[in-house]
Amino acid sequence: MKFKDYYAILGVDRGASEEDIKKAYRRLARKYHPDVSKEPQAEARFKEMGEAYATLKDPEKRAAYDQLGQQRPGEEFRPPPEWSTQFGEGAGTFDEMDLADLFAGLTGRRGRPGRGGPAPAMRGQDYEITAPITLEEAFQGTHLNLDLTTTEFDEQGTPRRVPRIVKARIPKGATEGQTLRLPGQGGRGINGGPAGDIYLHIALRPHRLYRASGHDLFLDLPLTPWEAALGASVEVPTLAGLVNLRVPSGTRTGQQLRLSGRGLPKPGGGAGDLYAIAQIVMPPELSERERGLLKELATASTFSPRQHFH
Amino acid sequence: MTGEYSDALWPDERQTMPLRALAELSGLSEDELRQLVDCGALAPFSESSGQHVFSAVSITVARTARRLRDDFELEPHGVAVLLAYLDRIRELEAQLRALQARLPR
Repeated sequence: MKFKDYYAILGVDRGASEEDIKKAYRRLARKYHPDVSKEPQAEARFKEMGEAYATLKDPEKRAAYDQLGQQRPGEEFRPPPEWSTQFGEGAGTFDEMDLADLFAGLTGRRGRPGRGGPAPAMRGQDYEITAPITLEEAFQGTHLNLDLTTTEFDEQGTPRRVPRIVKARIPKGATEGQTLRLPGQGGRGINGGPAGDIYLHIALRPHRLYRASGHDLFLDLPLTPWEAALGASVEVPTLAGLVNLRVPSGTRTGQQLRLSGRGLPKPGGGAGDLYAIAQIVMPPELSERERGLLKELATASTFSPRQHFH
Repeated sequence: MTGEYSDALWPDERQTMPLRALAELSGLSEDELRQLVDCGALAPFSESSGQHVFSAVSITVARTARRLRDDFELEPHGVAVLLAYLDRIRELEAQLRALQARLPR
């Protein structure tokens, strides 16, 4: 089992009072809570500090933790041998356990049998996973294999960490910020309780061409000045393949040309739109002929785009 | 191989559940859920024989409420205030994403 320095995680001394521990936790929770924080690694940091706080705020667990002494974080250690009797198993059990499970187990929170009557049935733990998918996967639907470590309990109520691969079929049309549910795929129920669920938070990976907003997609459409001025029919990539788009004459930079129903599919049917945003692009270098023609245009044209300045 | 995959489900607005089921799925007590409804943080889909009925969309809200309750040690009223702010932040983030999507790279 790997040692974790719960005091260092919360940034308090080993002699800190309950009040100091609570204050330290609240200060850090405000900064790292996954529902409110944009800090990188906020979820992992918050999980760590939640685990530290759960142990240190409880006098019984804190006293037990203090018995372990101070060791280097991440260092392998073995809890005192007499602790194994708390779990009704041999000391070897500790090998598959995490420190958090050990302290959760020490108070018998999981309703272990043999402690005053039959243990109640409990629903298995729910888990939340962020599922990053590409726009192509969102468009077509996809199958994901997601790594998850669950805490499971044996008949004696001893917890152990079990790495699992969650196989999830994501329906087409999932988009940024949506949450999907995998019923019954979370932690196993305890004492005959139902299994927990997994909640998948969809995160769209950045795409080299498109930017998503809900089910709509936005694409930069580079146009030559003459295509914009005269109008053109250009090929535009969509997630379903190339389509022809008619660029009207007089198209301006920033103008949005809508391709109806070419965005991401929506769960209830229909689809978002694809917007091609016109970007008028000059040739990096002008040939002699191009320069000559543009000079001729400059002389012939009476157009003044800055008339409103005067 | 495909058979081994489980379907990830959308929260379906038409799928409804009683207060007790939402309590079980969210980890909040029935009384806490009622208080969140009273604060306006949770909107029941309908009422049946005086009992609140919720749509599956409420699961996400109620689970967030449970996390906030546990992690910040808040009372239902405090949870309701925080939920309102989070909702506002999400709305603003969506507007920001929409505006950024329209900006050329």
